[in-house]
Amino acid sequence: MDASIHVHNLNAWFGAKQALFDINLEIADKQTTAIIGPSGCGKSTFVRCLNRMHETLPDARVNGKVVIGDVPVYGKGISAVSIRRRVGMVFQKPNPFPTMSIYDNVAAGLKLNGFHNRRELDQTVERSLRQSALWDEVKDDLKKKSGASLSGGQQQRLCIARALAVEPDVLLMDEPASALDPISTAKIEDLIFDLKKQYTVVIVTHNMQQAARVADSTAFFLMGNLVEFDKTETMFTKPSDQRTEDYITGRFG
Amino acid sequence: MTRTRFHQGLDELKQKLLTMGGLAEQAVERAVRAFTTRDVAICQLVLRDEPKINAAEREVDELSVDLLAMQQPMAVDLRFIIACIKINADLERVGDQAVNIAERVMDLVQYPKAPLNIDIPRMASLTINMVRDALNSFLTADPDLAHTVLERDDLVDDMNREIFEASDFAMTHGVETHRDALDTMIVARHLERVADHATNIAEDVIFWVRGADVRHHAQG
Repeated sequence: MDASIHVHNLNAWFGAKQALFDINLEIADKQTTAIIGPSGCGKSTFVRCLNRMHETLPDARVNGKVVIGDVPVYGKGISAVSIRRRVGMVFQKPNPFPTMSIYDNVAAGLKLNGFHNRRELDQTVERSLRQSALWDEVKDDLKKKSGASLSGGQQQRLCIARALAVEPDVLLMDEPASALDPISTAKIEDLIFDLKKQYTVVIVTHNMQQAARVADSTAFFLMGNLVEFDKTETMFTKPSDQRTEDYITGRFG
Repeated sequence: MTRTRFHQGLDELKQKLLTMGGLAEQAVERAVRAFTTRDVAICQLVLRDEPKINAAEREVDELSVDLLAMQQPMAVDLRFIIACIKINADLERVGDQAVNIAERVMDLVQYPKAPLNIDIPRMASLTINMVRDALNSFLTADPDLAHTVLERDDLVDDMNREIFEASDFAMTHGVETHRDALDTMIVARHLERVADHATNIAEDVIFWVRGADVRHHAQG
């Protein structure tokens, strides 16, 4: 299924404060797109608008258009829940359900959706954990160990498995490796590379080398505006906007 | 401005490379002066100072590698360091060519001068100006000046061909002066190589400043 993301004149506010200004962006299907920019530039707000997480905050507003494949995310009669099922999200800090077993953590989303066939649940849990490159490390402890007993890097891969279990089309990752050590970070980055074969991945990162390593395309945000969007290689070797150049070379500020 | 230490490192790299460029340019200038005055003492100066150029080459390489490894440069900074590494290799070769010319001069002074109707000083001055302007374009980040260096390379190539023909003629018509003609031909060949290195340096400056590859007549 086509999971390209089309963003047209997207604006977002927190109360009276506007956080995004007329964003227009075409995110390609089954590619990894990195969103970079200084703190407060609107990059997290942007990805939270893609799965209608922004509207969960008090006083938050959105206008403009987001279309995933052919589904208008903010269309009439489209529920936020149905969008979030299609668009999975992984956060900066791993947030497994601490008391649930590894197995139940991965199966949680499916069970919430009324999915109870044991054999199919087993298959989905295994597939998701394999996709998130965690299976070999946890396969013997699936029901014995809790999500919280895993290391930080394993917890993050568990959260990725949980997001993948409901078979989304898009995976949003908000600083998924910023709390992890270099080895865990490398595993997550390898994983992102594999995931794009099946999913459209959008990753918010502060780490420009990470963006350079994992993303096909990169968007640079500044003060709520999209400054530049191009192939990652071009962005990091020959950006066309001086502000991008200044930011990525550390001359900014 | 952030990343102060990194940008100090880039400035230091530029300074080291310019110092090295000055040594390489001086070496060619001395070698050519030795040729025109047939002065072996000047040749000795060229040979004496070559290790300075080689030492500078190592320093520039080490600093470049450190900056790449430790600072993960991006965009214009990445292009700058890559350009420096390449210019470094070209300057070291310019120093080698100066030594080669000096060695030819030390050989040819032992033989009678061939009656050659050629203008080595003019070719040399064109070549040295190419090196100087390539280095100036690097100093001032001036791709327009760098372009003028590229345009002059054909002139030097033409002069090299003319000198080749004249030397060939002299060698076949004057047995006792053939050695001088042969050495002169080789000196011209070395000068032509120096001009090629100046051209490479100018191309690297254009790559650094504009992000454009203009080598081998690519569109930039």
